[in-house]
Amino acid sequence: MPRAQIRLLPEGRRLHLNDGPIDLIIEAFGAADQIELAYRAASARFVTTLDELCAELPLLRCEPNLESWPTGVIARRMAEAVTPYSAQCFITPMASVAGAVAEEILQAMTNAATLDKAYVNDGGDIALHLEPGQHFVVGMVERPDRPSLFGAATLTAAQPVRGIATSGWRGRSFSLGIADAVTVLADTAAMADAAATIIANAVDLPGHPAVLRVPARDLAPDNDLGERPVTQAVGALTDREISSALAAGVKWAHSLLSNSLICAAALHLQGQTRVVGDTLPLAQPATVGVEEGLIHA
Amino acid sequence: MTDDEAIRCDACPVLCYIKPGRLGSCDRYGNQDGKLVRIEPHVVLDRAVSRGESVVPFLERDREWDGNLVTGQETFVTAIGAGTTYPDYKPAPFIISSEVKGVDMVTVVTEGIFSYCGVKLKIDTDRFLGPEQNTVRAQGEPVGHVTTSEYGSQMLSLGGVRHLTGGSRHEGTVACQTLLDLCNGNSVELAVDEGASVMVQAGKPPVVDGVCEERMRVGCGSATIGMFAKQWFGKVDDVVVVDDHITGVLSEHQAGKLLGVSETGIKMKGRRSTPGRYFKVAEPGTAWGGTNIDDPLSILQPFDPKEAWPGLRLLMVSTTGEHSAYFELNESLQPVEKELPSALKESVSRIKENCEPALCTVLFMGGAGGSLRAGVTENPVRLTRSVRDALTRVTCGGAPVYLWPGGGITFMVDVTRMPANAFGYVPTPALVAPVEFTLKLQDYAELGGYVDHVRSLSSISTDESRRRVSARTDNPWPLAPAKPPEAP
Repeated sequence: MPRAQIRLLPEGRRLHLNDGPIDLIIEAFGAADQIELAYRAASARFVTTLDELCAELPLLRCEPNLESWPTGVIARRMAEAVTPYSAQCFITPMASVAGAVAEEILQAMTNAATLDKAYVNDGGDIALHLEPGQHFVVGMVERPDRPSLFGAATLTAAQPVRGIATSGWRGRSFSLGIADAVTVLADTAAMADAAATIIANAVDLPGHPAVLRVPARDLAPDNDLGERPVTQAVGALTDREISSALAAGVKWAHSLLSNSLICAAALHLQGQTRVVGDTLPLAQPATVGVEEGLIHA
Repeated sequence: MTDDEAIRCDACPVLCYIKPGRLGSCDRYGNQDGKLVRIEPHVVLDRAVSRGESVVPFLERDREWDGNLVTGQETFVTAIGAGTTYPDYKPAPFIISSEVKGVDMVTVVTEGIFSYCGVKLKIDTDRFLGPEQNTVRAQGEPVGHVTTSEYGSQMLSLGGVRHLTGGSRHEGTVACQTLLDLCNGNSVELAVDEGASVMVQAGKPPVVDGVCEERMRVGCGSATIGMFAKQWFGKVDDVVVVDDHITGVLSEHQAGKLLGVSETGIKMKGRRSTPGRYFKVAEPGTAWGGTNIDDPLSILQPFDPKEAWPGLRLLMVSTTGEHSAYFELNESLQPVEKELPSALKESVSRIKENCEPALCTVLFMGGAGGSLRAGVTENPVRLTRSVRDALTRVTCGGAPVYLWPGGGITFMVDVTRMPANAFGYVPTPALVAPVEFTLKLQDYAELGGYVDHVRSLSSISTDESRRRVSARTDNPWPLAPAKPPEAP
């Protein structure tokens, strides 16, 4: 029995691909025959993706090292996305796995078909394709465990953004920081994924008694973070503490922005939001019924 | 990489090592007590496991989502998991319209964060749980107090701002966890200062000091005499119904007198209220009839030799029939315990039979505050008035609520009528409870509602993040025409 699940969602528009921890929602816009071509290409590329990654999993759970560079196309994209940070902090290629997979599947679609626009949403890490004149409206949620929109951004083809990612301690992956959510817009999904991880880790109050941290290994013995303490609960913080934690993240975000690693970031912690990169209408009040269903966390 | 408790998941090539109570990287497979299980998406494992729901054994793949779309008026979107507006005054997460009998109905769905909230706990038992006003503790922290008892039940009031946010951090956390567990139908152990320890769970019998309470008393001791006097007449010379509230004595009681029961020379301890009715025959406790006595003879004084006679037959029984003993007086008028004659056994079991099952009842009580109401309308006081005028129906997870008269929107709901796991919490600490306001679209516009944000029911997609539950047949359908509020 094939492991991967491939199906259209009941409304007949979106494609749902699932294999192990990879869960993709895909939508392509354009002529019907081109959409079908794109979905077939996405499915064909998808069925080998998890095996390719798992073949190099031990390597991908270690810090990137030029002496033993991964060989798979997705794995190489992951390693490239995290390398800019590896001199300054601990990070492994796994920090960008979701974004890198989304990019690869999107590329398979756009190589096979002519589309107006398309997205591949890998659990909130999204790769975008936009032909000239096209745009997406993206809604943001602060708490993946109980989704409600806190902002929306319009992304046009004229902007360089083709990747969106969100990281935070409430999300599926472990975080070293205390941000509820950090959403990043970047040139590619893998870049956005790595940057969101880095910025969310930086939103922190080291040693604060209201933050419960547990060694990652105690929760998941084979996690790439090993003994590093990951955030499991954050108590109520004062406004001043929230500002201080966010400021630490904003500092990193500015640095990433000036190095062109990101286009914009929205940092969210206990009701406060900071936006870095003011060229985009990020974190405007959400309009209900966000277009194209790109709600993510 | 070795960890004795962890198991290796082989559902996919990631081959996660999963610790007990944790999920693999897919969030779908988890380690439950050393076994690999598949859980439905987006249900956190420890919640699912502790509440015994949503866990599907590994390889049972036919439990996939059936692909149903939310359509039609027979679907009501509850506020459970909807998200909340606090602390912003932005429109509530979901404002949904559906057509009911040609009238556009609007349901505003939100989750309220309640620090002004608590649980009113009714525990069906006559056993003494502790003095009124005494502190009730969970895990050693004060979480509430004993309040005035009701007929056949002890009442506890738990939670409230004083415990949630007014005390130490740990007190607040424990109080919040206690309320959450009770509201979500889990069992909680409570201890009353200078009183008993009691295990409570909504809809289940209480366990007082390790003894499961099975039945409520049929009535007080005096009432029991009244109910059963005829059945005892002629089969026994005297009956004492032991009760911490009012102990009854057949030969002195009005009911016995009317039947012509003779004096027996019985002498009770305690304070006589009216003939055949005694207060305080013993101290309150968890033994016979809610007293502290294990030996029923300890509430008797020596029989009056002028009235009593050797061979006098005496039945002593508690108000639930749980305890009973039969005595006959010897030559020196001392009661000697004998086997209960079969004719009397029947009356004891009849007492038992007439006692209702003892249960714990958990009512969540909370008040809808400013920001929650502001999520419904730009003019919050109009929502209050509309609820008062019964134009707007308030439900809690689709269950009917009892609305308190007076100001504000303060309500009570029986948590057993709500879907499972309807409550959550925030670290404030405060409880998160679902609240839905249903009213006519026209009325909604008139009270300053966010008409621009109204979505049609069919636009609420059924993806795997929405849980569909069957409506309870004993709950009124939330979209049915409004009636005056009813008690839960």
